Amino acid sequence: MLSPESLKKIDREIAKYPPDQKQSASMGALRIAQEEKGWLANETIEFVAEYLGMPAIAVYEVASFYNMYDLAPVGAKKITVCTNLPCALSGGVHAADYIKKKLGIDFNETTADGQFTLKEGECMGACGDAPVLLVNNHRMCSWMTEEKIDQLLADLKK
Amino acid sequence: MTSQGIILSGLDGDRTWRLADYVKRGGYDALKKIIAEKIPADQIISEVKKSALRGRGGAGFPTGLKWSFMPRAFPGAKYIACNSDEGEPGTFKDRDILRYNPHTVIEGMIIAGYAMGCERGYNYIHGEIFEVYERFEEALQEAREAGLLGNNILGSDFSFDLFAHHGYGAYICGEETALLESIEGKKGQPRFKPPFPASFGLYGKPTTINNTETFASIPYIIREGGDAFLALGKPNNGGTKLFSVSGHVNKPGNYEIPLGTPFSTLLEMAGGVRGGRKLKAVIPGGSSAPVLPASVMMDCTMDYDSISKGGSMLGSGAVIVMDETTCMVKALERLSYFYFEESCGQCTPCREGTGWLYRVVHRIENGLGRPDDLDLLNSVTANIMGRTICALGDAASMPVQSFVKHFGDEFAFHIEHKKCLVPKDVQHEGSKIYVA
Amino acid sequence: MLEIEIDGKQLQVPDGSTVMEAANQVGAYVPHFCYHKKLSIAANCRMCLVQVEKAPKPLPACATPVTNGMKVWTHSEQAVKAQKGVMEFLLINHPLDCPICDQGGECQLQDLSVGYGGVQSRYEEEKRVVSNKDLGPLVSTDMTRCINCTRCVRFTTEIAGLMELGQAFRGEHAEIMPFVEKTIETELSGNIIDLCPVGALTSKPFRFGARAWEMSRRKSVSPHDSLGSNLVVQIKNDQVKRVLPLENEDVNECWLSDKDRFSYEALASGERLTKPMIKQGGQWAETDWATALEYVANGLKSIAAEHGAASIGALVSPHSTLEELELAQTLVRGIGSGNIDFRLRQSDFSADGKREGAPWLGMPVSKIGSLDRLFVVGSFFRKDHPLIAQRVRQAAKRGLKVNALNPAFDDWQLPVTNALKVKPSEMASSLLAVLKSLIDISGEAYNGEYAAALAAVSVDPAARAIAESLASGRRSAVWLGNLAEQHKDAATLHALAQEIARVAKASFGIVGEAANSVGGYLVNAIPAAGKGLNAAQMLSAPLKAYVLLNVEPELDSAAGSSALRTLAKAEMVAVLSAFKSAAALEYADVMLPVAPFTETAGTYVNCEGRAQSFYAVVKPRGEARPAWKVLKVIGDMLGLEGFSVDSVEDVRKRVLRTDGNVDQSKLGNAVHGIEVKLGTVSGKLERVSDVPIYFADPIARRSAPLQQTTDAAEPQARVSKATLAQIGVDVGARVKVASAEGAVVVTLVEDAGVADGCVRLAAAHVLTAPLGALNGEVSVERV
Repeated sequence: MLSPESLKKIDREIAKYPPDQKQSASMGALRIAQEEKGWLANETIEFVAEYLGMPAIAVYEVASFYNMYDLAPVGAKKITVCTNLPCALSGGVHAADYIKKKLGIDFNETTADGQFTLKEGECMGACGDAPVLLVNNHRMCSWMTEEKIDQLLADLKK
Repeated sequence: MTSQGIILSGLDGDRTWRLADYVKRGGYDALKKIIAEKIPADQIISEVKKSALRGRGGAGFPTGLKWSFMPRAFPGAKYIACNSDEGEPGTFKDRDILRYNPHTVIEGMIIAGYAMGCERGYNYIHGEIFEVYERFEEALQEAREAGLLGNNILGSDFSFDLFAHHGYGAYICGEETALLESIEGKKGQPRFKPPFPASFGLYGKPTTINNTETFASIPYIIREGGDAFLALGKPNNGGTKLFSVSGHVNKPGNYEIPLGTPFSTLLEMAGGVRGGRKLKAVIPGGSSAPVLPASVMMDCTMDYDSISKGGSMLGSGAVIVMDETTCMVKALERLSYFYFEESCGQCTPCREGTGWLYRVVHRIENGLGRPDDLDLLNSVTANIMGRTICALGDAASMPVQSFVKHFGDEFAFHIEHKKCLVPKDVQHEGSKIYVA
Repeated sequence: MLEIEIDGKQLQVPDGSTVMEAANQVGAYVPHFCYHKKLSIAANCRMCLVQVEKAPKPLPACATPVTNGMKVWTHSEQAVKAQKGVMEFLLINHPLDCPICDQGGECQLQDLSVGYGGVQSRYEEEKRVVSNKDLGPLVSTDMTRCINCTRCVRFTTEIAGLMELGQAFRGEHAEIMPFVEKTIETELSGNIIDLCPVGALTSKPFRFGARAWEMSRRKSVSPHDSLGSNLVVQIKNDQVKRVLPLENEDVNECWLSDKDRFSYEALASGERLTKPMIKQGGQWAETDWATALEYVANGLKSIAAEHGAASIGALVSPHSTLEELELAQTLVRGIGSGNIDFRLRQSDFSADGKREGAPWLGMPVSKIGSLDRLFVVGSFFRKDHPLIAQRVRQAAKRGLKVNALNPAFDDWQLPVTNALKVKPSEMASSLLAVLKSLIDISGEAYNGEYAAALAAVSVDPAARAIAESLASGRRSAVWLGNLAEQHKDAATLHALAQEIARVAKASFGIVGEAANSVGGYLVNAIPAAGKGLNAAQMLSAPLKAYVLLNVEPELDSAAGSSALRTLAKAEMVAVLSAFKSAAALEYADVMLPVAPFTETAGTYVNCEGRAQSFYAVVKPRGEARPAWKVLKVIGDMLGLEGFSVDSVEDVRKRVLRTDGNVDQSKLGNAVHGIEVKLGTVSGKLERVSDVPIYFADPIARRSAPLQQTTDAAEPQARVSKATLAQIGVDVGARVKVASAEGAVVVTLVEDAGVADGCVRLAAAHVLTAPLGALNGEVSVERV
């Protein structure tokens, strides 16, 4: 189900917690599984549950509670733009609009070629860098002017 | 990033986060002093008390007092947790601390572990700053390899280990018991208190949770003494503090300044209001703090007591600046959407009430407001406040109440005229607020 | 103790009490939804907010600990304002569909909204819609009505032992659900219907069957397992519409197993026997009672005259009432026979005549919670005794360590500290090993009966661990389960378990198979030593006449299909039953429709020796009559003594004390002079049989909704991985399982819970009846 590399990473997560608290690794394990699979299918969630000795619904609760887990397929590149107030005051919404126009999609949509999915994000804790966006959850891009967005999209398309 | 303080000062170059660099800046001296001089735990706690350090996460609870609640003699596991789940709109200080000076947090946590008799700690890092999480993991590895973490730290009989746990997109995990639930691998739903974490925390064991900036202040306090730290600020408001300034300023960023610095000075440091426009309103302590009109704000100094007197809260020190071009209805609509989106869904008033608030503000913004909507907003917020398990209910209500209180005219105009008081052409491009 | 004042009333409460508990004590009702005394505290509904002196805001009564000198107002202006505020929030997204909601009339939200709700909603936006979930054949969902109190989630996690429901997503989008595409499978699932304070979870079989206020409520007692759960049976138009728990903290608390709750659906089954019937010339004909009774009386009389009374026997169900069992044995003995038995699935009767009393649990059910060590021998514990297992589950949270010896385990959803898994033939040796370790640990010289047997046995670490666990306990118990009682060396297991309990200073008990397993012994519905035939004997060598009371021998006995061949050879088989089965139509000559538990008065004596009497809750269906009356009339017609009874109470008085309770001195588990038989290990595969929860008795097996559950799935041959390799057949293959009696074809599956060298294959099912004996050697081969 998951690659040996992913399982090794999950084991490293498990080792962070007391031996009788394996379920603490559920967030890390889901993140690692999502990195490998792109999104969290029910089978993936069930696998993680079994791996950690948890009821499947308990893992599903986690996967559905935290915003950065995707319970449905997303494009190869998921772009999440913060539009919360401090960002919005500094052009966050404008950045999102610009990306929508460039990709021809709205929030929660994926481009026809499956390359890009656009999401609206909540506060990322980087308001001073507004506008900010995340690429595939983990790469933060700051001060996203139109020029920088052009550059980013061009790089991501490569 | 400007610093007149202790956490972000002296950070030059791009390797400031490395152990060697930190040690050069006097890093781990405090820990070494404790180990070498076998300083008793009680003495450390009294030093922290003396410093008048107050929790930097938002509530401003005296740190030394919190530490003294920990049942040091409790047999079995006890835990330290660091709250780096920074997701309160406007707040972005912990990210810089962890990016540029992670070892000061690690050192602070080790000292806390020593003072409270804990063997294990976790730093809970906001999921959206994943690169910072990865860097922190590296810093932990450095510390471990240098014998600063793990068994028999620096050859002493004190053992302590520290791990990083990442969030993955839930504001509520910044609430300390939700954070504990999240470390336990569950949904981040806050717990009802009592029992408090000091008696029933992580895995049901005594646990102390502090903010990143709080832990980052500890090495200085131990190295230089509580009095020295206190002297940096003003009485009952010890130390310097990081202020995250965002919104309509020329130089948004983090400013580490002594508590008690006038707001006007901070605004100046941040380059003043963008485009030289007039200041309209400021949220002085993160999005949950009541908004203050410019006139009130300009009279405040940046410390817990003064802001509180002004009618708001210093909170996490997140200063959101709004100029005259801002539509306050639109601004509130976005904040209300945030709390609606981030409510954990556990308790009734918040689960049901945040959506209600958002929808009412949304209809006002969209020209569908009704004459009694402001009364309704006040009534719904009154029914949420103080009735929920955690503070998110209050956090969602305070912006609504304060926006309506201070900018009621603007709301009334929207309702009556189905349009904005701030003319469209005045709302300049950069300050446009849209809501999906 | 802490002093507290609630609404001006002073009281003292124990340390650790909550304001809610204190309020209950003074009768101050605090409105609530998520709070439930048996569940952990969630404090999420916020309906129970009350005013507390010096507290700046109202506090939830359910979660606020009492402090000394606390003053609380449950209905002050501040409290009521808070409660009303919460009620408004609860209602904004709740549909206004009370008229078509099954919960209407018994809905906490509806009731409380009368007191705390507004006349009109201030919320004018669109209401939330939540998709329904498939929770299986028993629980129906209308999730839009859900108020997210999470009682159901906490129930599955805490009471049923496995989190099968969760609250997924968050905020306004939070919804209660099982894991995607799963249903819930706990045998206690119906309780979430009771727990749900709104109409989100309702009974699927009952759905739209009646309005709550149209039904009358009558008390009854469950006829299934040995606990005897107390029931409220709800009636409309003289029909049972629904069964709910009658709270009895000492028995079922506030719970019911799904079998207790949903078996009533069988009572309206098309297989009900509603008229007396006689077979003439191979043809069945309905007849009147007088004719049918005369047929039976004459038949018994002439067979006794012709072949002797010993050629007549009665097989009676342990699910029969005490009064029925008493009159059945009176009838058999009045005729002059001693052939009566209710222990239909038992195969070893060598303890008969060596018992001190009626086998029972050896302790009150209510004391299970205070045990600290338990050793369960031979039991499919969770499915055989759902609510006793539930008590053990709760006790385990408080530190009870559970040990078990079994040839097959399924997940008990509670921590089993030491699980010793051996073949049935090795169970006696394992018990000896535990005993030997215990003696070893005690350090005392052993002067018991089994010194010789002990010398030969070797102790393995698993047995040692169980002994150490028991030896370290202060309130321990050793229990024999149904599998141990049905074992072919049951007497040996009994004797050794008894000795283990003695040495470990533990209480010793038998959990018991059925609602009246204790009662059957109390009325002597068993053959006296040397003076009659037991169930196995009656079903192996044909008698001339049989009386069957509520028994379907091919499913209810250890003889399986061979019982049908035996009965076919009899001159007369009189069946007293609530149902007509296809099999009975073959072997019976006369069928008398008798009333099931809802249609007759009677008594069940549960495993702890508690006599629980009940009345009929509805009139007998068709021409069915209470069995005790039928037996009385037959007795009278035969001119026998002991039948001059006018009421069920008259019968009861003969068996119970005048206060209606069991004479406790008649209970006793001690057996003496049992010769210990150690199974011979042949290397052949051994059968292990569970009696699946919904196959166990004639009522349960006819409840359509219960038969749709996963627990009622067709039996499969379950073997361990090692056994699978030994057999050399793949998982999922169809295999022929053959015993000395017969062969059946079933699907083979892997089951890590089964001991190596064993095949677990359920009994009490048409498919497996040809195999006969519940245990013994079998062979498995691919077909």
